[in-house]
Amino acid sequence: MSHLLDRLKFLVRRQESFADGHGIKLQDDRLWEDAYRHRWRYDKVVRTTHGVNCTGGCSWNVHVKNGLVVFEMQAHDYPQTRPDLPNHEPRGCQRGASFSWYLYSPHRIKHPMIRGRLLELYRQEKATGKDPVEAWRAIQENPHKRSSYVAVRGLGGFVRSNWDEVNEIIAAANIYTILRYGPDRIAGFSVIPAMSMISYAAGTRYLSLIGGVPLSFYDWYCDLPPSSPQVWGEQTDVPESADWYNSTYIIVAGTNIPATRTPDAHFYAEVRYKGTKVVAVAPDYAEYVKFADEWLPVRAGTDAALFLAMGHVVLQEFFLQKQIPYFQDYARRFTDLPMQLLLRPLDDGCYASDRFLRASDFADQQGQKEHPEWKTIVYDERTRSYRCPKGSIGFRWDKAEGKWNLLPEDAATGEPIKAELSCLGQQDAVVSVVFPDYGNSDGEAHLVERKVPARRLQCVGGERLVCSVFDLLLAQYGVNRFEIEGNTDTDYGDVNRLFTPAWQESITSIPQADCIRIAQEFAENAVLTRGKSMVIVGAGTNHWYHNDMNYRAIINLVHLCGCVGQSGGGWAHYVGQEALRPQAGWLPLAFASDWHPHTRQAAGTSYWYLHTDQWRYERVTADSLMHPAAKARYRGHTLADYNVVAERLGWLPAAPHFQRNPLDIAQAAEQVGAQNAESVADYVVDELQSGRLSFASEDIDHPDNWPRNLFVWRSNLIGTNAKGHEYFLKHLLGAENAVLGKDGAGAASQEIHWREKAPVGKLDLMVDINFRLNSTGAYSDIILPTATWYEKDDLNTTDMHPFIHPLGAAVDPGWDSRSDWQIFRHLAKNFSVLAEKHLGKRKDLLALALLHDSPSELGQAVGVSDWKRDGQRPKPGRTCPQLEIVERDYPRVYEQYSSIGPLLAKHGNGAKGERWETGQEISELLAINGIFPSTDKKDAPRPSLESDINACNMVLHLSPETNGEVAHKGWESLGKKTGLSLTGLSADRRGEKFSFHDLQVQPRKVISSPSWSGLMSEEVSYNAGYVNVHYATPYRTLTGRGQFYLDHEWMLDFGEGLCTYRPPLTTHAVAGLPEDIAQQGGIVLRFLTPHDKWGIHSTYHDDLRMMHLSRGGPHIWISEKDAKRLGASDNDWLESVNENGALMARAVVSQRIPEGVAIMYHQQEKTLNVPGAPSTGKRGGINNSATRVIPKPTHMIGGYAQLAWTLNYYGPVGSQRDAEVLIRKVGDERISWLEKPLSEALEKELRQAVEGIL
Amino acid sequence: MKVRAQFALVFNLDKCIGCHTCSVTCKNTWTNRRGTEYIWFNNVESKPGIGYPKNWENQDQWHGGWIRKNGKLTLKQGNRFWELMTIFANPHLPEILDYYEPFTYDYAHLLDSPLAETAPVGRPISLVSGQVMEKIEWSANWEDQLGGSYLTRSVDYNLRDVPGKDLLGEFEKTFLFYLPRMCNHCLNPACVAACPSGAIYKREEDGIVLIDQDRCRGWRMCISACPYKKVYFNWDSGKSEKCIACYPRVESGLPTICSDTCVGRIRYNGIMLYDADRIAELAGKEDEQDLYQAQMDIFLNPHDPEVIAQARLDGVPDSWMDAAQRSPIYKMAMDWKIALPLHPEFRTLPMVWYIPPLSPMGREISPRHIPKKAEDIIPRLESLRIPIDYLASLFTAGDHKPVIKSLSKLIAMRAYQRGLHVQGIPNKEVLAGAGLDEATAQEMYRYLAIANYEDRF
Repeated sequence: MSHLLDRLKFLVRRQESFADGHGIKLQDDRLWEDAYRHRWRYDKVVRTTHGVNCTGGCSWNVHVKNGLVVFEMQAHDYPQTRPDLPNHEPRGCQRGASFSWYLYSPHRIKHPMIRGRLLELYRQEKATGKDPVEAWRAIQENPHKRSSYVAVRGLGGFVRSNWDEVNEIIAAANIYTILRYGPDRIAGFSVIPAMSMISYAAGTRYLSLIGGVPLSFYDWYCDLPPSSPQVWGEQTDVPESADWYNSTYIIVAGTNIPATRTPDAHFYAEVRYKGTKVVAVAPDYAEYVKFADEWLPVRAGTDAALFLAMGHVVLQEFFLQKQIPYFQDYARRFTDLPMQLLLRPLDDGCYASDRFLRASDFADQQGQKEHPEWKTIVYDERTRSYRCPKGSIGFRWDKAEGKWNLLPEDAATGEPIKAELSCLGQQDAVVSVVFPDYGNSDGEAHLVERKVPARRLQCVGGERLVCSVFDLLLAQYGVNRFEIEGNTDTDYGDVNRLFTPAWQESITSIPQADCIRIAQEFAENAVLTRGKSMVIVGAGTNHWYHNDMNYRAIINLVHLCGCVGQSGGGWAHYVGQEALRPQAGWLPLAFASDWHPHTRQAAGTSYWYLHTDQWRYERVTADSLMHPAAKARYRGHTLADYNVVAERLGWLPAAPHFQRNPLDIAQAAEQVGAQNAESVADYVVDELQSGRLSFASEDIDHPDNWPRNLFVWRSNLIGTNAKGHEYFLKHLLGAENAVLGKDGAGAASQEIHWREKAPVGKLDLMVDINFRLNSTGAYSDIILPTATWYEKDDLNTTDMHPFIHPLGAAVDPGWDSRSDWQIFRHLAKNFSVLAEKHLGKRKDLLALALLHDSPSELGQAVGVSDWKRDGQRPKPGRTCPQLEIVERDYPRVYEQYSSIGPLLAKHGNGAKGERWETGQEISELLAINGIFPSTDKKDAPRPSLESDINACNMVLHLSPETNGEVAHKGWESLGKKTGLSLTGLSADRRGEKFSFHDLQVQPRKVISSPSWSGLMSEEVSYNAGYVNVHYATPYRTLTGRGQFYLDHEWMLDFGEGLCTYRPPLTTHAVAGLPEDIAQQGGIVLRFLTPHDKWGIHSTYHDDLRMMHLSRGGPHIWISEKDAKRLGASDNDWLESVNENGALMARAVVSQRIPEGVAIMYHQQEKTLNVPGAPSTGKRGGINNSATRVIPKPTHMIGGYAQLAWTLNYYGPVGSQRDAEVLIRKVGDERISWLEKPLSEALEKELRQAVEGIL
Repeated sequence: MKVRAQFALVFNLDKCIGCHTCSVTCKNTWTNRRGTEYIWFNNVESKPGIGYPKNWENQDQWHGGWIRKNGKLTLKQGNRFWELMTIFANPHLPEILDYYEPFTYDYAHLLDSPLAETAPVGRPISLVSGQVMEKIEWSANWEDQLGGSYLTRSVDYNLRDVPGKDLLGEFEKTFLFYLPRMCNHCLNPACVAACPSGAIYKREEDGIVLIDQDRCRGWRMCISACPYKKVYFNWDSGKSEKCIACYPRVESGLPTICSDTCVGRIRYNGIMLYDADRIAELAGKEDEQDLYQAQMDIFLNPHDPEVIAQARLDGVPDSWMDAAQRSPIYKMAMDWKIALPLHPEFRTLPMVWYIPPLSPMGREISPRHIPKKAEDIIPRLESLRIPIDYLASLFTAGDHKPVIKSLSKLIAMRAYQRGLHVQGIPNKEVLAGAGLDEATAQEMYRYLAIANYEDRF
């Protein structure tokens, strides 16, 4: 019977029944079922991932039908783990799963867009016959023309242009800026390369070739834990998530695993079934608390107190009451606890701890001819004498190689030594040492006196008292040493004694009994398992001003328990951390070191703090942060002043470098006869010392020192990263803003020239490269359409798993979009054409910071000499920046971008201080990538980088992680330096080489490499420090060990030689509000901005799917009690305001939030569903409208072993969690959406501000 | 005996991270089109909370599922005669605001806006009316992570009989778990019985319940009849739609999309055999608390030779028999009894079962003794933070015993494994206390913790 007729027989369908007639059976046809089967069908599946700023690194299958992406699902085909571990499939979360929506969303950037006002001006100038550079000049040098587009940034008014036109404008702007101000006035911002490393490299390669400045980001958004370089000399190195499964005791403090490590969270959930105990330390009932056996609801920002008290318990019970052989041995070999340090006498008979004892303090220099001042000392139990053990930083850079290792041996004689932890019982004296106590209710730092056993030692220059770090630590932790103190009991219950469990209870609110019990369990577990106790941390602990104290308190605990470097143990930091696994192959691509040996880079936090003029508003004084007994040579300096000093000493990079154009400086040097780099450096030193040349920072608001061109790609600087969002709008962009406080505090600066009138609108041009319209695009002048992650080829790695896998083009780039690699390649072409006429070949002077992992990390060993104050002649690379000349062939930038330059074959390649020859790989790349046709016939053939896949293959072929032969060379290099045999660590994989195609077939597990401190073996999961602890390679620190003690003068000035507890900072942000706004009521709450479940930073927050699964717009979580105080109900509008700005969001009232805090998950932008803020009459802001960055001087230390700046490695961090806001309810009737057109009056006001008339 | 095979699922709530990846991948594939904007075949709720649609569990309000009347099963919303009487005005039908008013934004305005007085914004636009929405008042997951005051959330049906209910809203007493939900592809589906057009059917070969989109006339009786509110009305096509258990994939041997993409790895797919002739008898048990046992009684042991023989006669292919024998669902529901049905008192015999959440543990923040034994490091059942009454309301019509039994086994497995991995000692006593032996504990561990793809599906 026909289908149609069958369907018409409704009343006579053939039936039979079952279950006593309850069920019936039909014989209907089911042809309709094909409808859903058709929906499931697709034409092809392509492997790719999401290049978003997240650490997922998830492999996805994108399904394509009729040439359109229809949906995505996770790949399951990762190589398998060991049978006793869960596998990695599937990886990917709700956010990634919703990405396909963006491809066809209404705010997709489909064509090059430009601010209409700017395009009009440019076309007018060109119409008068000017060439592009002249046209740009004509606009910039007429303040009224310039203000016409600068002042309306962020207010709409975009028009569509085309690639040729916008590329020409950008190239012209770059060339004008290079000529007029210098290439160091061009900057670029892009985040985390690991997730789409070729796309990142595109922009930085372009910038590096023209002399522009790639800015750091990891430190700027405060995900960099400064504690990690401080303690281990490592940027961040953490276990992969599978290693959680090897742990048997996990404490999680401030990282929201299910929400932010979604694809990894299953290991966290599953390991509980293995009997692992999970303890959650969290002020609110966060997602990760759901999986905990115990919840410790610590007061926000006080984690350090809890962990220090746990350390107190562990020291008392596991080091004094009993000695655990494993802990003792671990402490001697892998930590600085046995290192000897000097005690500095104070006027009152007490002492303060001073720097480490060095080989140079001994008359015989302990037999060390090279770098004795960089070699630290222990006391040997066997011979009862001071000895210089192997492994400290001096050995790393000795010409005589082979002693940079952690074997317990005397460096001079090779004799075995047993480093003594404590001299108690053999001391020459017991003295009073003072420690700072910052945790007082009055907010002042007090001194605490503690007894320390010490020996007397005849040093070069006189007799000194010397003690071990261990003895100092016991004293500072307040542990009861019965022999010294005469007590007979522990003092856990002494609320007034620093670091006791009772003391921490008064700060954290965690009952002391819980603190004691968890500490005992944690340590006992480590005893039983040799270190399988782990603390997982993240933004909740690291985003505070004193983040390094929070972290070092935790690191101390895991070090004491011998957990670091053990599978399933240690410190696991998860926020913003990434592992660009194939680093060695990527670095030359990204920073063009295949063409130029040196590159300009800058520290993001310093850059934005100064250039967005947040320093002008600074009311936190450096003096208020000091150790009461500090040497404090810079007392009275502002926070910004410390930054200027750090630049002057070569610790931090300066961008721009100097008041003058670096091309002009190089030319002037040549004109006075300087022929080579050294003589140019001599010239610059003369100019600096005479005062004829000054650092740009010394007059940061001078128009010559403003940043002029800014590229933002793969990032949302304005909508996400801009801590002090409104200051960015005001001073950098000249846009309408909501800065409510008054500047003026910055006038106290001793190093920076104060200009009464702050600049408004420093940038001439901001370019955003994006696939959607977010806040950065909204405030840019030009938006370039980029290919999405489903439309391009790229590479992706993360430290959460050991695989490398690709981004792959499932469909062609939509509309006019191009991949980032091609965007910058085309721009380089326009640039090169215009450069022919305007630039030609030029010499460029680079002033570089003293970088970590380079010989210049040995800057000033003992004390700080400031040439400007002390009248010494600056020594480039030692006491001031390293000065280098780079020759730029501007018309050939395009060719250089598109091919691998000659320097790799010539000088070799490397990473993290290791170097190896790589000529073989370069010649293989000629065959793999093909040859780029050079215009110069004399050139040797060069491997092409024309396609995105060419660039991928360069990275893969040159990296130890993806080319087994290179791994072999890397281990060989490290082996030579350490005197250890290490090539066996990757021997089984020597023949493997991955190509881009291999990765498209299946994700590959990377190869163990000396760039990383853990192994990628089949036996252990990746865990940081594994190689150090199992193969005796040193940490890249001063002592070569994990450091409890940091002896730099500035560190001691600020009381952080040892970790201590420092409460959240008082920022004065609410107090700084204008009175009329402050008086409108409300309550003051701590403003916490953790990572959200519905976005990866701002991405996905505007994705329709995620909007439906959350609240459909910005929201702030508050407690039931605070809601009552505000008279607010769930979903009421709230205004949050402080001197930094105002923002609007709806309330989420919830029992899971503690009183006194407001949680606004970042980064919810103001682009969707945000009304006006009553306090400002402007569009309500974003979460960063309530923040302002406050840098910390100790992060500016440089040229000092592990305390040495390197991009995203060490440097000031942009913390924001100490903020407070005034919150109040705004009734629905008072909501205004502000949808009127720009009025003439308002425009006039905005333009006058930019022109400096207001 | 009439042997039928049923495609079934278990969700391990203890591992659910509440990420909603299941919901998103499902929606992308099946309901990413006009008329289905508010429809989530799969959704995830934060508990305690009232859910999606609001208060769906409360059948006093919705009249879904079956009741026992005069000793016989009948639809709670009324018999067939009643249905015909109310066919044009069904009083128990949820309205759009019981779900939420779906919205989009004026995204294009962000790029198109001419110069404005302040930063342009994309305002929300209703996907129902096409008008600007002054305020978004509810969403598909409004209560995420306990969002909303306790007063509102405590309307939650499962809290009605929990002792100390009012105190549970305090910060210190907070508890939370996620409840992912999809169509239960019930053995006794109320939607099928309620359809006046005969458009809804349960496939004989795999038990998947489908709405024939050709036959559906949009009467929506299924929507009110389904006590789980898992049938939705597509306003564009004018027909009802529901989760199809991804039959185009299941037919090809693939897990459902929500299961395949579950990054928490909580979802298990498998085959169960049951005796179709006993449906009315067992779903009609008088005491609601007997319904969990009743549903276990309807399942057939796939290793029983008698069942195997009958299955062959009833047309169950060998490959399905094999799948039934290897079914992780059978292990969890029947062998280990750690998985439980959702609201068995609705009498639909649902086929998505749940392992109740063990965590979070630790009832109160208070000084405790210092543990000496491994099993004490893992909190005991008495200190569980989630009230047992609450879980019993969800899974056993209020009977504590099966919930306690399930959780005790999870705790014992943890303590046993801790013994192995920390002290190197197999603690058999702790297993015996929960009625487990070592082999079972190891197999549970393999399925729950290692949980490899081939064991999940």
